[in-house]
This record gives sequence, structure tokens and C-alpha cells, in this order.
Amino acid sequence: MKVITANFVTCAVKECKTSPASFPLHFHDAELEMQELDFQPEFIRNVIPRIDWEALRVTANELGFPTLPESKPEAGALNDEQTLKDLHRILLETQVMEGKLVCGNCSHEYTIKEGIANFLLPSHLV
Amino acid sequence: MTSNADEYEQQNVHEVYQHIAQHFSATRYKPWPIVEQYLQELPAGAVGLDVGCGNGKNLMVNRNVFIIASDRSENLAQIARQHQPHTAVVADILHLPHRDAQFDFAICIAVVHHLSTPERRVQAIAEIIRTVRPGSGTQPGGTVLIYAWALEQKHSRRGWDKGDQQDIMVPWVRKTPSAPNGTQTFNRYYHLFEEGELERDIEKAGGQVVTSGYEKDNWWAIATPKTSP
Repeated sequence: MKVITANFVTCAVKECKTSPASFPLHFHDAELEMQELDFQPEFIRNVIPRIDWEALRVTANELGFPTLPESKPEAGALNDEQTLKDLHRILLETQVMEGKLVCGNCSHEYTIKEGIANFLLPSHLV
Repeated sequence: MTSNADEYEQQNVHEVYQHIAQHFSATRYKPWPIVEQYLQELPAGAVGLDVGCGNGKNLMVNRNVFIIASDRSENLAQIARQHQPHTAVVADILHLPHRDAQFDFAICIAVVHHLSTPERRVQAIAEIIRTVRPGSGTQPGGTVLIYAWALEQKHSRRGWDKGDQQDIMVPWVRKTPSAPNGTQTFNRYYHLFEEGELERDIEKAGGQVVTSGYEKDNWWAIATPKTSP
């Protein structure tokens, strides 16, 4: 699972969606793997405005990346190749292969196995 | 929650796809024209969903947008995961792991016809529409593209038409040398949509149909979240 995914998923439990504590989900016991991908600077530049930066900082911190800048790169910073390359590496090239995503509201744990996070709910949570 | 319907779909849809994932995937490689056009016309940097992505054939159309694909079948999600720059997870269409009003677009191609009651089909569509951002005064809302198998397809090899049974089992036959007669058959449940039904379900689900039509034995519609007047 690419790290960027965490920015666009939350707890599958309906009641959690209204709780700010359910986003982002928290990584536990994450095993990372780097997968080299074509660097598309345009893609990163276009997607950054859609990223919830606060949530990404939390995620990057949990996965042990160096602290991201406090504010989202904008305008000129989006032309800086190194900034884009760093984000490309974190968002797209870093894969969480095994581990858990945990909801900060209901504490439910979603398992990540062979690079795929599983959001199916057990029947008692449906 | 109708747990009977849940179990029924588990047995007659989800388990079948787990079994036929490889063969199914090998026979599904070309996006349908309207799906392709819809995805190609998205602005660069748009972020959206492919709900019930199957093998991810629609993830190959546009590399300038970002798609979070999901499927009930882990085997299919694993195949879909290989299409860059996108991502794939396992999720249930009735309980999507996404926040409200976050996405620019969503596609759901040949999926809602696998839900076995009218309520569940509407609920599934509502769940997708919920994730897309509604329009505001200055900005049009995000859109969803939904396809479902049509009842009216008398020129197809199946030959169904208006007036026929809408809730059916469709066999998937796979060559299996080890099986007694050399083949193995899996039956999948389908609800065949009649003309106008998809649009009605979308309205019930809180969506507003923008355009709709018929392509390749399927009814399709593009919709946006309904905004209060």
C-alpha cells in the first residue's frame, strides 16, 4: 500500500466518519518496502493541493520519515525538484507491505497484508 | 442490515470472484469507450475512486489522475495494485473507508448489479455519492460514473429482453482439465437493470443524473450529489 493511500482512507465504520479522531488512521507495526517508480513531477505537483498536509505529517512521522515542513509546499516550492522528488519517494515509492491501520476513534485495526489493506468489517461492526 | 442478503452475496458473488480472479482478469483488459472517455477528460491532479475495480483495467487509462481503487476480492485487488500511479485496497461498497465529500470523481463499473436487494443497490450508490464533493455556487460538484448490466440486450449472446426475469444466476465456465467433464462452472448472482432503473436508484440515493445512456449491453449514468435548491 502506497503511503499516499493513508491520506484518502478512513475508518469504514459509519459512526466514526464524523469523528475527527478517525482520520488519519494510525500505522502500527508497519513494514516498509521501497518500490522504484517513474518520477512524474507534474503528477506530484498536481496532487499536492489535494493532500491533507496535517494528516500526511502525522503519517510520515509514524512511519519514521524525517519531519515534513509545517506547511504544505505551494507556488514556487512546487517547482523545486528536490521537494517533488522527496514527496514522490514518500507518497508513491514507499509501500507498507505488512502492518495495521488503527482507527483513533473506535480502535478497530485494519490489517495490511502483502501490500493490501483490508477494510472489510467484521459482522458486529456492520 | 439484511444479514441474509449479506450471506447470499458472500456466497454467490464474492466467493465466486475470489475463485475466478485470474481467469476473469485475463479476459478483461479493455476499458469500455464511455469509461475511457470519462477518465481521459478528468483534469490532471483529480483524485477519485474506482469502486469494485476488478483487475484494474480502468486504472490504465489516465496516469495524470490519482485513483484509490477498491474491490471485495483480495485476489483482484492484488492484481489491480500493479497499475501505477494508483493504489488499491480491499473494501465493501456498502462501507467504504473514505470520508464524505472528498473526491473529484468516482467510477463504479459493473458492480451494483451484484447487490441482491433494491435497498442494497440504492445504499451502494448512496455510499459512492457520499464520497464525492457536492457543487457550490462557483464550482461544479464531483461526478460519479455508474454502469450496470441491462435487461434489454436482445442482440447479445445472452439474449435477454424487456419482460424477462431480472434477478438471475449467470454461469462462469472455466476449463479445468482435472474436473470430470473438463470444465468447472461458477454461478454469479446478477440483477439486470431495466431501462430507467439506474436513474431512479441514483435519485433515491441522493444523486442527480447529469447524463445517461446505453453502451455494450449496459445502462450507464453520470451523476453528481444533489444540492439543496
